Amino acid sequence: MTQSTRRGAMKALAVATLAAVSGSLPSFAFAQGEPIKVGVLHSLSGTMAISETVLKDVAMMAIEEINAKGGVLGRKLEPVVVDPASNWPLFAEKARQLVSKDKVAVTFGCWTSVSRKSVLPVYEELNGLLFYPVQYEGEELSKNVFYTGAAPNQQAIPAVEYLMSKDGGSAKRFVLLGTDYVYPRTTNKILRSFLKSKGIADADIMEEYTPFGHSDYQTIIAKIKKFSAEGKKTAVISTINGDSNVPFYKEAGNQGLKAKDVPVVAFSVGEEELRGVDTKPLVGHLAAWNYFMSLKNPSNDEFTKKWAAYAKAKNLPGHKDKPLTNDPMEATYIGIYMWKQAVEKAKSVETDKVIAAMAGQTFKAPSGFTAKMDEKNHHLHKPVFIGEIKADGQFNIVWKTPGPVRANPWSPFIPGNDKKKDVPDGKSI
Amino acid sequence: MPVSLSCTGIARLLSNILVIILFSVIAQYNWALSADAVKAITTGENDDRIAALTKAMTSPDESLTRLIDALLDDAVKIADGRAFIVRDGKAIDAVSGIEVPLPSNAEDIINNNRVRGELDAAKAALSLLSTDRNVRAKAIIELKDAADEARLPLIDRAIAKESDAELKAKLQQLRAAMLVASTDKSKRLDAIAALASSGEPSVKSLLQERLQPSAESDPEVRAALVGAIKTIDGKLVWGERLGVIFSGASLGSILLLVALGLAITYGLMGVINMAHGELMMIGAYTTYFVQNLFRQYLPDAFDFYILAAIPVAFAVAALVGAALERTVIRWLYGRPLETLLATWGISLMLIQLVRSTFGAQNVPVENPSWLSGGVAVMANLTLPYNRIAIIGFAFFVLLLVYLLINKTRLGLFVRGVTQNRTMASCMGVNTARIDTYAFALGAGIAGLAGCALSQVGNVGPDLGQSYIVDSFMVVVLGGVGQLAGTVYAALGLGVLNKFLEGWTGAVLAKIFVLVFIVIFIQRRPQGIFALKGRSAEA
Repeated sequence: MTQSTRRGAMKALAVATLAAVSGSLPSFAFAQGEPIKVGVLHSLSGTMAISETVLKDVAMMAIEEINAKGGVLGRKLEPVVVDPASNWPLFAEKARQLVSKDKVAVTFGCWTSVSRKSVLPVYEELNGLLFYPVQYEGEELSKNVFYTGAAPNQQAIPAVEYLMSKDGGSAKRFVLLGTDYVYPRTTNKILRSFLKSKGIADADIMEEYTPFGHSDYQTIIAKIKKFSAEGKKTAVISTINGDSNVPFYKEAGNQGLKAKDVPVVAFSVGEEELRGVDTKPLVGHLAAWNYFMSLKNPSNDEFTKKWAAYAKAKNLPGHKDKPLTNDPMEATYIGIYMWKQAVEKAKSVETDKVIAAMAGQTFKAPSGFTAKMDEKNHHLHKPVFIGEIKADGQFNIVWKTPGPVRANPWSPFIPGNDKKKDVPDGKSI
Repeated sequence: MPVSLSCTGIARLLSNILVIILFSVIAQYNWALSADAVKAITTGENDDRIAALTKAMTSPDESLTRLIDALLDDAVKIADGRAFIVRDGKAIDAVSGIEVPLPSNAEDIINNNRVRGELDAAKAALSLLSTDRNVRAKAIIELKDAADEARLPLIDRAIAKESDAELKAKLQQLRAAMLVASTDKSKRLDAIAALASSGEPSVKSLLQERLQPSAESDPEVRAALVGAIKTIDGKLVWGERLGVIFSGASLGSILLLVALGLAITYGLMGVINMAHGELMMIGAYTTYFVQNLFRQYLPDAFDFYILAAIPVAFAVAALVGAALERTVIRWLYGRPLETLLATWGISLMLIQLVRSTFGAQNVPVENPSWLSGGVAVMANLTLPYNRIAIIGFAFFVLLLVYLLINKTRLGLFVRGVTQNRTMASCMGVNTARIDTYAFALGAGIAGLAGCALSQVGNVGPDLGQSYIVDSFMVVVLGGVGQLAGTVYAALGLGVLNKFLEGWTGAVLAKIFVLVFIVIFIQRRPQGIFALKGRSAEA
């Protein structure tokens, strides 16, 4: 009896070690007690599937890893995956199902700001916990949400400062180009006011929006060319979201809009978005993120290797042949591990205790820096990188902050924000 | 344009060009670049690297040219302060030029836009006095965006040496662009007069910059500037107008391609085929598949994969269409609502099928090199090759469909069956088979559209979804059952859309077009062209 248990434990240990090494085997651990349910709320169909599917996969990978190492508080994690199908009201419905029916301890999910806005009331009402992994426009702070993506001052503002610097080309005129919804509109409002504070006149800023899924950028490129001919050095700041980026860059390349003359810096274009693009005409255009796959450091090597092995083992379409990691994947990964650490610190999965324990959590992130959850504002301290697109679809990192930057969810460039509190309502410090 | 911004570096660089020429004769074919110089150019801060490059340009030689070329090609790696040029898997030492094994810790050198700009300018400066006319012409274009008075001695020298009249004129204009900021008023006026004859947007940008109150205070010169800008504007405006017409025609040709197949399945056969978009998607994925086959097995003929993909895309989509018709649609003729639901279901299944096979992500379809880039018709009007090709392709397909429907026996049967099924059947036409052929033809044309779309847009599982509304819009507006109507509607909508877009922006333009169609259909439900005669009621 004892012997067989010991043998079982040995076997479990062996399997767990193996699983930890390869990061690919199904979870099998000596965790005891009820499993902890963890919600994964990402669109697996519809227009956003292109970006969100991979976040579900990286969440599953992290959960497997944690389970292989014995779970959390000796309990296994049990993922509950739902598909809100890129349908914003369905996000709220599925979130409610996760929290009240499945009783998940935490949810990792959402991509677009509109989906986050849709689930927010649910998490606040039911006192659930949501980890949101994507860069966004700020202007929000909820005690029930942890934002592991970038706020505008961790992405947009540094990118524009770089464009205005000597190395970035000393841009004097700016085209603010975006998809027509809340994130680009708010970001551009912040940027316009930031540019004004730097002495750029309104006449030197052109703002232009396209519908979701727009695919014919002939007119826009012609307009940009005309605008750039009317004065000194022009740069384009693109908040185009989703797969519209492909026709945009294709048209730019074909019409001879070169990065050397008119650089385009994008906030929603990463490794994954460039997968579907012929990158040769795009060399030199820029993107700003808190993580790039091409970063060289031991934690990133480990992260990308783990992902490649996982994608291969799970036969993930696309990734099994060409594994790619990107910023929101890193943010998801950080989020899951920070939540685990907070639960272990709180010795409980109760929302309020975990929220309290989240403050000041740190994690050695794949970016090579130690990300820290701010004690007050529920955002991460993250480094900012600016990369130039290379011919192989990866990024050359041409600029980075010396260290992690604290997030400013209430941008000082929007009037009235100076009076807003940097702490979510109802949170005790 | 980063070149003009680091004036000091470039100024030094260019004032030294004269020295360069003297030295280059002596130093040719001599690996004279010191190890320190190479190290300084390849490592450290951008400012220092550019300074080192400038310094090295005072005594250029083969090794520097080679290094600059390699840096521009991203073919330089660095290990322990030594630079290696790696080409075709072989590494040579950038200092000695001798082939050496590449150290395992070698890392890529990162050149940002600014450094690349400097390298380009250095390369252009080195080749301005080349004996090859094409090389000189390219160098002039390269230097065009970097007007800087410090470059004047070089330009003067090049002008003196230039024998080709056309290049000489271009150099004169470069010279004028540099003199426009001269301290001598008469020189400035001369320069402005010379520049007014140019139709270049970059020149306009330059003059506009001079017009800033801080840059130019002399009223006479300001007046000349305003006049010159006006002259250039007059030239540019034609480029803009032609640009709108071209982009309208391009959008129109795409709409025509996506609607043409539907004009057959919906227009002639009356099947509300919601899976039409997915047939396009299948065509696009076929193109992707053929591209991959070429890349793997025929890399030398890669540029021509698209020509092979066209018939394959047609065949695959037509086969899928025929299978759909045989299994599903055939049982639903004359019940439009049921076909709508059934084909919509099929479209969802096809999307999911592709998503599970190829993944939710878009797949990359590369333009062959002869479809990349564009032809500069005017200074501010570049027509992309892929769009020109699609316009031609759309009309080619249109011609084929016209001939097929109107000049062949199959076309005769199709027309016969659509006009009066019973009568055609009585005459011995196998109507069931004709239905399959006609549907397969419509599906095949959708496949061709998908093949064309892969050259301008995304190839992903949702590709068809974004075009299905547009294609129905075109067919309904043109008049159901009429190919000619489809052509007019497609081109008309294309030009209208692009015209409005230039005016109101893309979001409003789309709304206006929809409003226009709603009003038009209310006024004229039968579309631009209406079927006349007994068949109209059938």
